[in-house]
This record gives sequence, C-alpha cells and structure tokens, in this order.
Amino acid sequence: MNTNSNSYTIIYASVIVVIVAFALAFTSASLRPAQNKNIELDKMKQILHALNVDTKGQKADKVYAKYVTADQILNTEGKVIAQEGGFKINMAKEMHKPANERQLPLYVCNVDGQTKYVIPVSGSGLWGAIWGYIGLNDDKNTVYAVYFSDESETPGLGAEIASAHFQEEFPGKKVLKDNQIALGVEKYGKVTDPTYQVDGVSGGTITSKGVDAMIKNCMGQYNKFLTNK
Amino acid sequence: MSSLFSKQNKEIFSTPLGPNNPITIQVLGICSALAVTSKMEPAIVMGLSVAIITAFSNFVVSLIRKTIPNRIRIIVQLVVVATLVTIVSEILKAVAYDVSVQLSVYVGLIITNCILMGRLEAFAMSHAPWESFLDGLGNGIGYAKILIIVAFFRELLGSGTLLDFRIIPQAFYNMGYINNGLMLMPPMALIIIACIIWFQRSRNKDLQEK
Repeated sequence: MNTNSNSYTIIYASVIVVIVAFALAFTSASLRPAQNKNIELDKMKQILHALNVDTKGQKADKVYAKYVTADQILNTEGKVIAQEGGFKINMAKEMHKPANERQLPLYVCNVDGQTKYVIPVSGSGLWGAIWGYIGLNDDKNTVYAVYFSDESETPGLGAEIASAHFQEEFPGKKVLKDNQIALGVEKYGKVTDPTYQVDGVSGGTITSKGVDAMIKNCMGQYNKFLTNK
Repeated sequence: MSSLFSKQNKEIFSTPLGPNNPITIQVLGICSALAVTSKMEPAIVMGLSVAIITAFSNFVVSLIRKTIPNRIRIIVQLVVVATLVTIVSEILKAVAYDVSVQLSVYVGLIITNCILMGRLEAFAMSHAPWESFLDGLGNGIGYAKILIIVAFFRELLGSGTLLDFRIIPQAFYNMGYINNGLMLMPPMALIIIACIIWFQRSRNKDLQEK
C-alpha cells in the first residue's frame, strides 16, 4: 500500500484523531468521580490544616465532620445568609463578582471545645494562583493556624509559602488594627510591627507580596464579620 | 522467551544508563532537567513518569510504525505521546492525588521532553516493539538517574535538606553556615550536569574526541 498518497495521509490522520479522542474521553469520564472525590478530600485536608489538625493516616472526611460544625455563607455585610453550602463555594470566583453579590464561605469549627473560624483566601503569586485558609480563635482577631499552597511558584523560593516554617510564623499574630486588616507579610528582615506582620520568604519577594495582598483583600471582605464582636 | 532477554536486548536496555546516557551523551531532555531538580522528590517522580511514558510511547509507535505516513510522522508521534501523558496525569489525579498536586505542571511538560521525540525518531520508527520498549525504559531510567544526582546536590547545598529531611545540622547555621541560594537557580543545574559530563568523559576514554 502506498502510505505516502494524500488520501491515505488524510484518512490516517482522521482515524488516529478519532481513536485518541475516544480514548481520552473514556479515561476522563471514567476517572471523573474518583478525581472529584480526591479534590474534595484535599480541600478538607487544607481546611483542617488551618485548625492544626493532622489528618495523616485517617480519612479526611471523617476528621472534617468531627471538627467542622458548619460551612456558613456570609455576605460582605457580615450577615449569615446560609447555614451550609460554603464548602461548595469557590473563593477565587467570588472575588471577581461585584462586592454586594459576593458569597463568602465561613467554616465554623470546634477544636477541643473551643470555637474556631476558618476563612478561605485566594490570590496570585509570581507564576500562578496561590490560595490558603486562615484559622482564627473565637475572638476573631488572633490567628490560630494557617495553610497556604500554590499552583506553580518556584520550588525552593516562592513555593516555600507552602512550607511549615513559613506557616509557623503566623499563629498568635493579630488580624485587626483600627478595624482594618493589618495581618500581612513584609519583606524578609523588614518587619516593623511584629504584632501583625511576619517575615516573607527570602528570594520569594513577589510571592510573599502576593500572600500579603491575598490576606488583605480576602479577609477585608469579612471585615464587618470580624469587627462585629 | 529466551530471545526476549537476549544479550542484544540487554544492551539496548543498559547502554542508555551509562555509555549512551540521554542527558550526558545525547544531550536530550536538558530543559526539564533544569526545571524539576531543585528538590529530590519531584525529580524522582518526574524520572519515573518519563521512564514509563518513553517505554510505552516507544512501544505504541513501533507497533504502528509501518502504517505511519512519512510526511506526518512527527505529528502522529506527538499525538501518541500527548495521549499517554494525558492518561498518566488523569490516572495520577484519580489514584495518587497528593503526588499529582506536587508535580502540577511538570507532568504536562513531559510532552515537550526531547528524549521522547528523540527516541521515537531514532529508535522506535525502525525497530520491533519489544526492543523499542526496552530502549524507552532504558533511556527513561538513564534520564531519571541523572535527574536524581543533580537534585541530590542542588537540594543538599541549596536547602540543606534531602527529601525534605534536614541533613545539615542547626549547629552549622549557628556557626555562620549559609545555604547556597544560587544552587536553587536553574543555571546551577546546567553547571552540575556539565560536571557530570566532565566526570564521565574523564573516566571513559572512548567518549573523548581526538
């Protein structure tokens, strides 16, 4: 057979494309439920991380059900508009909506008898999206624990925001100063107010600034809730 | 069965590990060697994924090599590679989610790895499926080996850790030792690879040009 003729080439290309399309569609469709389940479990792990709860070796959904008592939805006025459903909300999408339409998830949690709040934050670093969860004590002003992660920051530099030694700087910091969000990240070694600020990652200045902006923007949405004692 | 593991086939598998290593001798796949070697863990998973994908893409292309129209052979090879990479990344997301999160973009980048296209063109298009499979596996493991060596030095000297375990004791830092931040920058990967090539050539006289 002449494999160099035009018609053979065109038919060959079409057949290959159809076979590949079916193979990929089949893989994607058959793996979708397992993937969605994993994404949810991963989100639960991240929220639990902001409560200092270690999920190693345990089912994340069981631990989540034990600690998180409600996934409320707030509006920017600080009013609770739904008692559940916050888990399904994508914070990054909400930040693109007009302020009065934003639905803000708030995780109300119970750790060893004490009420904790977890607030999701999302923003952008140097190369791509960054996000995190900020766990607060019941005074709504002291950081209990945090979680940060990134899509594609530079390993060893910007990606260090996901490391324990960066996140361990946060617990105990205060959030509000004169009813504004003062919690933030300063350039490494340039911290002026250690009550509110933590050291950024050296060599990861743009990512650190991204974390700072993300905390101020997203937590700013919860200002009414945080100041309402 | 004996022909499956003949002396010739063993050589196809073992030469890419040393005397015909894809990175140090064929100088393929340098780009990803820069990107994923600042830590050990992504380097290991990346190396394994590439080994699996080179092996299977070599196998598939070799199976259909006689039917591929010459003028669109590169496109067909690319389609096979891209399909395999996508399937591997989907499977990782479904069964080993944590690993797939760590690798993030690197899995997709396997498509652009020159070793894949290089081996498909140079070997799979002209050899039988089983030999091609061994060649792909050998090249993938040869690639993984260099990646792991480079990542070992970069993580140890750049971060003072290996696989995220602290190796250099805190006492050293107290005495004024500072991690070499330059090691985390991509150019250092090239310099380390150059040192490996230098080492390999000085040991193996056959590789030296007259």
